Amino acid sequence: MSAPPTSTAALGSSSEPALDFSDVWLGFEEGPILRGLSFSVQPRETLILLGETGTGKTLTLKLAAGLLCPDSGTVRALGQDITGKPERELLEFRRQVGFVFQEGALFDSLTVGENVAYRLEEDHVSEEEIGPRVGEVLRFVELEHTVDLLPSELSGGMRRRVSIARALITRPPIVLYDSPTAGLDPITSQTIITLILRLRDVYGVTALLATHRLQDGFALANFHFDPATRTVRREPTPESAAAITRFLVLRDGRIYFEGSPTAMLESPDPYLRRFLI
Amino acid sequence: MSNTPLPATRQQSSVAASSSVIGVLTEAAKESVLKVQDYSILSYHSVANLFSRPRYMPDTVTQMDDIGTGSLPIVLLSGFFIGAVMVLQTGTQFQRFGQVSLTGDIVSLALVRELGPTITGLLVAGRCSSGIASELGSMLVTEQVDAMRAMGTNPSRKLVSPRVLAALIVVPLLTTISVFVGLLGGMVASVFSLRLSATTFWQRAIAILEFSDLMQGFSKSVVFAFILSTVGCYQGLNVRGGTQGVGRATTQAVVVSSVLIIVADTFLTKLALYLADKL
Repeated sequence: MSAPPTSTAALGSSSEPALDFSDVWLGFEEGPILRGLSFSVQPRETLILLGETGTGKTLTLKLAAGLLCPDSGTVRALGQDITGKPERELLEFRRQVGFVFQEGALFDSLTVGENVAYRLEEDHVSEEEIGPRVGEVLRFVELEHTVDLLPSELSGGMRRRVSIARALITRPPIVLYDSPTAGLDPITSQTIITLILRLRDVYGVTALLATHRLQDGFALANFHFDPATRTVRREPTPESAAAITRFLVLRDGRIYFEGSPTAMLESPDPYLRRFLI
Repeated sequence: MSNTPLPATRQQSSVAASSSVIGVLTEAAKESVLKVQDYSILSYHSVANLFSRPRYMPDTVTQMDDIGTGSLPIVLLSGFFIGAVMVLQTGTQFQRFGQVSLTGDIVSLALVRELGPTITGLLVAGRCSSGIASELGSMLVTEQVDAMRAMGTNPSRKLVSPRVLAALIVVPLLTTISVFVGLLGGMVASVFSLRLSATTFWQRAIAILEFSDLMQGFSKSVVFAFILSTVGCYQGLNVRGGTQGVGRATTQAVVVSSVLIIVADTFLTKLALYLADKL
């Protein structure tokens, strides 16, 4: 395993949530999309944001990153209220948050190496430092050999992994994943989930993961990455997984369910059962 | 909803449906005013960004190469033949009055004051405004602009300002080249078609020009450069509807920037003539 690519220093040791939504409303001219969302994500926790297409999962992630501003309510992240902050301050804040976009959103005119190094270049980090750090994160996602390739030369799964590498380059304490396995085959999806597991279990990254695939959530809830053996293992008990993984189901812009993987699994609710089939 | 300081990337939806004709017209008027407002803000930031850090000079140089070097062949070709056509059209008229030597005067004035900046502006708008719109539009629909913001980069600084600055530097240079090549074309046409000597043509063409003529041409090229670059950026960053929207934005960029260039030309000409009269 390569050197740690992430840091949780920004989270501090306080018990304050890493991310906190309080009565957040967001709408467009067609009407409200998010209707009074309130939830929080504790440091080192993984919150699985589950919901059908169009329920506002991506909007929630963009709110968490300060890419959108809510119509009302407050969003706090890393101990600061980011609601209504001026863009200049938000640009600073976003440097502490990793964002993995659904389709990767890699800059198609830049090589993989340049994509991953983008943030460091923006921060005028020296070339001597950029090279090793890019190599380190690309090694982490097992794509070191693609450094000189263009995104168009990569497969869909590889693009997602490069996107994860790009999000990790500045060692953010929070990573937001927007449907990271959408449209991928099961084996590639498993590779992506394993990467997310490694980030969570080895480096304690706080994660908000939007998906419509329940199996992604349960994979994160039921397995953990063992750094000693570098293998993915099943959690010994359901409770140990529940401690760091929670589900939050959105329906029509509202929170329909919030709870542990076990509670999700055992819920008799017909709507939730539809996800389980 | 205010989601971004870059107004051009706002994600507000289209005009709400209204049943009455007045309602539809009112909404359309509001939408138009909103577009003008967003365009004005984008234009303001594109210039204001140049006076503070970070500045993206390598991106500016890349854009200068794309706009300048890329547009050079069409500017050279069109400039040469426009000059030649001008001589052929005006020369025959002057021949009727036995004043063929005036051809150099009229071609020179027309090229420097009007045709050089306008034709160059329209050509570069057709080539680059559409290119900028499609490039930025593609970046927007593939979430690259959001990715940029998510990584702490201001897209206005990174994407808009370098393109505007590059156009402001390069378009006046292209205009100068276009005018020179146009005069060359005019000279060739006058020598072979009107039997006018090259020396006479050049002497008349240069002697007729005053400082105000040069300033008129230069100021027009600067304004046209600003229009074509900002319109391209605005259309690109306001794409809606995926790849189809990118196509629409590209067409819109050419149409809007071309029309604005012609409209601006009228007002700038009037202003320049007024100032030349006063000064």
